[in-house]
Amino acid sequence: MDAIFESLPQYWDGFLRTLFLAVISGVIALAAGTLLAAMRVSPVAALRGFSTFYVEVARNTPLTIIFFFSAIVLPRLGVKFEQFEVAAIIALSSYTAAFVAEAVRSGVNSVPVGQAEAARSIGMTFTQVLGLVVLPQAVRTVIPPLINIMIALVKNSSVAGAFFVLELFGYGLQLSNSHGDAVMWILIGVAFFYLLITVPLGLLAHFVEKKVAIAR
Amino acid sequence: MKKAFITRRKSLLVAASAALALSLSACGGGSGTTTPPVASASFEAGTTMAKLNQAKKITIGTKFDQPLFGQKGLDGKPVGFDVEIGKAIAAKLGIEPDKIEWVETVSANREPFIEQGRVDIVIATYTINDARKQKVAFAGPYYEAGQALLVNKDDNSITKPEDVKGKKVCSVTGSTPAKTIVEKYGAELVPAANYTACLEPLRNKQVVAVTTDNVILAGYVDKEPDAFKLASDQTFTKEPYGIGLKKDDTVFRNWINDQLEGFAKDGTYKKAWEATAGKVIKTAPELPKIDRY
Repeated sequence: MDAIFESLPQYWDGFLRTLFLAVISGVIALAAGTLLAAMRVSPVAALRGFSTFYVEVARNTPLTIIFFFSAIVLPRLGVKFEQFEVAAIIALSSYTAAFVAEAVRSGVNSVPVGQAEAARSIGMTFTQVLGLVVLPQAVRTVIPPLINIMIALVKNSSVAGAFFVLELFGYGLQLSNSHGDAVMWILIGVAFFYLLITVPLGLLAHFVEKKVAIAR
Repeated sequence: MKKAFITRRKSLLVAASAALALSLSACGGGSGTTTPPVASASFEAGTTMAKLNQAKKITIGTKFDQPLFGQKGLDGKPVGFDVEIGKAIAAKLGIEPDKIEWVETVSANREPFIEQGRVDIVIATYTINDARKQKVAFAGPYYEAGQALLVNKDDNSITKPEDVKGKKVCSVTGSTPAKTIVEKYGAELVPAANYTACLEPLRNKQVVAVTTDNVILAGYVDKEPDAFKLASDQTFTKEPYGIGLKKDDTVFRNWINDQLEGFAKDGTYKKAWEATAGKVIKTAPELPKIDRY
């Protein structure tokens, strides 16, 4: 138990880094995922093909392998980063974007076809139909799955601990190496700090869902 | 139809692995071991030496996965500096090298194996410390390992730990070498789960060095001499390696200590070094001062 209180500064540092990874990767993944979903429903076959290919590859590859690729293979191909956090953000956001894309696409599918047809009939372009009519409705219906994806992202960021980034889990490894007698307490401490991020996210989902839900 | 296909694949596999085994064993020889002469010694009755001499057999625990010190070769026999020291001691007991039974002792089972008598002695990059002295006795030290730096082969800018100040160095999270390099030498730590994981960032020049005990690093150099080298043969911490034996067997311990000093004098020690770890760590070590506690 003492090991946890002694190590609070490390926990805090790891907590902030986990939060940083999750927020940056989350924002990138939301943007990229929405774009991918838009491509997936676009009239251009090449865009649809690319999006389908990307989503299927990214979401079906284990995250550890994507991390391995971004942290170890990319530098070997000449793409080098000063900080391993960059590699972690690339891995986390490219992986999560695929799941966001699928969630948004399911939202798009839930918007009645009549809405898009009506929008087109008054002369809107594809971008307008999607951006003004379909997506705003789609995103509102997929708030719970999107938050689920974000919670998964927070937890997935622990993989970065094995790829040279000292986030919460990385510190957990370090602390359990130096306090071999208190591993259980240390891991409970790590779990507590993850919950500090994920539980509020779940509550937020509930709140937002109530606010923006549309009755259909 | 399907069955026939599988059988054919199987036989192909067998043929392939047989060919592989052949080609591997072909280059497995010539690891340059020294065979010390077997002494025709006699010992005072009742001592461990007399018992082993009579049995013409000794069981030695060593590591099987520590290149240059104790590594099990493809012929099933371990090679390395620890192994050479073991052979030399056996020779002094009048035991032929092929009558030595090698048992793998990993870090976690060394004390229990000695206490249970499953091995007569342990020579396994075994650091002498007070906690271990509570359970077993140590002859030696016969070698003093210590923290060192592994760098890329073409990097001549780093020769001593002071050179990594403010630079990125990879080591295992929470390990003693990691603490030393950060707290004492001001390096920036890139944490990894194990030392092997540090090799890729080093290769990619994302870190300037990897740090831990020189014997581990020397093993990596041994595997990839074209990619890596030790920044220097000098170490900057001290890890004395001893030979573990039963706690109360002081007679045997003193006898081994005498032999070690003898090896240093007659050149056995240096020869054993040069045939094994000396291939990577060029400076031959002096036998450290024996700790006759």
